[in-house]
Amino acid sequence: MEKVKVEGLNAYFSNIHALKGINISIKEKKVTAIIGPSGCGKSTFIRCINRLHEVVPHAKVSGRILFDGKDIYSSAIDPIEIRRRIGMVFQRPNPFPVLSIYDNVAAGLKLNGMKRKDDLDEIVEKTLKMAALWDEVKNKLNASGVSLSGGQQQRLCIARTLAVKPEVILFDEPCSALDPISTAKIEELIFQLKENYTIIIVTHNMQQAARVSDYTSFFLLGELVEFGKTQDIFTAPKDKRTEAYITGRFG
Amino acid sequence: MLTALSVTALTLLLIYSMVTNALPAIQKFGWHFLFTSTWDPVKEIFGALPFIYGTLVSSALALLIAVPISLGIAIYLAELAPQFIRQPLSFLIELLAAIPSVVYGFWGIFGLAPFLRTAVQPFLSKYLGFLPLFQGQFFGVGMLTAGIILSIMIIPTISSISREVFLAVPSNQREAATALGATRWETIRLAVLGYSKTGVWGAVILGLGRAIGETMAVTMVIGNRPQISVSLFAPGYTMASVIANEFTEATGKLYLSSLVEIGVILFFLTLIINGIARFLIWKVSNKAKGRIRE
Ligand SMILES: Nc1ncnc2c1ncn2[C@@H]1O[C@H](COP(=O)(O)OP(=O)(O)OP(=O)(O)O)[C@@H](O)[C@H]1O
Ligand SMILES: [Mg+2]
Repeated sequence: MEKVKVEGLNAYFSNIHALKGINISIKEKKVTAIIGPSGCGKSTFIRCINRLHEVVPHAKVSGRILFDGKDIYSSAIDPIEIRRRIGMVFQRPNPFPVLSIYDNVAAGLKLNGMKRKDDLDEIVEKTLKMAALWDEVKNKLNASGVSLSGGQQQRLCIARTLAVKPEVILFDEPCSALDPISTAKIEELIFQLKENYTIIIVTHNMQQAARVSDYTSFFLLGELVEFGKTQDIFTAPKDKRTEAYITGRFG
Repeated sequence: MLTALSVTALTLLLIYSMVTNALPAIQKFGWHFLFTSTWDPVKEIFGALPFIYGTLVSSALALLIAVPISLGIAIYLAELAPQFIRQPLSFLIELLAAIPSVVYGFWGIFGLAPFLRTAVQPFLSKYLGFLPLFQGQFFGVGMLTAGIILSIMIIPTISSISREVFLAVPSNQREAATALGATRWETIRLAVLGYSKTGVWGAVILGLGRAIGETMAVTMVIGNRPQISVSLFAPGYTMASVIANEFTEATGKLYLSSLVEIGVILFFLTLIINGIARFLIWKVSNKAKGRIRE
């Protein structure tokens, strides 16, 4: 089953042509890794999928992205709705510093109008458990979100994203600012999440892509060079440039 | 280090010379000076309460009006306005801060006061007249006029500082909210206002400082009568105005030293307000301890 199908996607920053005719199809409840050298358009690509690209001044998009068969760029679609169904975790942990740990997780729920304390409590606990953070914070839910370590903050951001029950989760290099132990925890988490979620993860780390993903796509200079099963990409890449990149001979 | 020391020394010197000059009044009236409201240069009886009251009420009124408007302006300029009008509009607002206060005063006398007397005060008394705040004769000049003039004078300060504070909010905060499915307004509320609370407090305090110390424009529109009246239509007097108005004609030694004592009170009042503000800022920023770690 394909969850997201990208057709002829182009993205621009004023006159920079950042993505050039991308076609890709993302399978449901699988992990798809996006790899490629810095500046090749990985972040831009996933930010097109939750319609976050367009909030940058002078940024433009053309082409189609079908989400459950419907084009998210058609004029009938509300981007707010899309962003609730397609969550995102950023490269740098970005909890809201004035909100408590509890309120950080509940933020999206409150936006959706959920008010009952019982409901909120339940979801906050459940998602913090899913994000493997509950045991570390259950006694200080009222502490500020930024009183946590970097890795904990990132898991808090994951919990915040999970709380609104998205169907797809986009990760933009979620571990690049973290130590190896926190990284391992988050990889473990991603592995568990794919049972219920479709996941797209940008990563600079080849081993990480190999460990967590089912499919891998290799981007270069705004183009999709190769896309396939992770195993195939890493053992028998079809394109010379892919091979060069994964064997560390460039980028 | 040396500069810090010399600034402290200068402040202490200032306090010393003011207190010595105020000594006759301090010795004569003691604490009564703060809590009595007779101001009679002929009989040489002086109490500063009407001026303290006038300063506090006119400044509070100014904040009440200016803060919401300034935040609205700042949010519009930082978040909502089309790119091409942001710069010119911000410039225009900063320009307002540069207008000499005597000009505001003139405008207050010839423009605002008559307008309030003929249009606004009758309206308020008709619909809100059951409140003691809006009862009594319409003079035009008075506490309400002073509060409005002050609010107009501090709007540029509060709004331009708040705007800069909003612009300093990292874009990853806005994106965090947007990616959660927040609308534009929700993003502003969740990511921008929360993050910049401390800075906005700072802006408000600066505005308050300006309102408390403002002399010329207030003197021209407040009516200059040392009385305490619940009605905002009634004339009043502020600490800064009474010093400016009566200093040159203060003949008696006690009269002069009473005015100086008001100056001392004004000085400590600003100090206390700053202290409270710092405490609040400290509390707010303490809650959001540390930066986001990277
Ligand atoms: N806000 C922006 N304004 C203008 N150009 C931008 C902006 N953001 C990115 N770009 C350009 O778009 C291209 C793709 O950037 P993108 O951030 O998607 O790369 P990336 O693959 O995520 O890189 P990295 O691995 O360093 O995160 C780059 O050439 C970059 O210079
Ligand atoms: Mg990137």
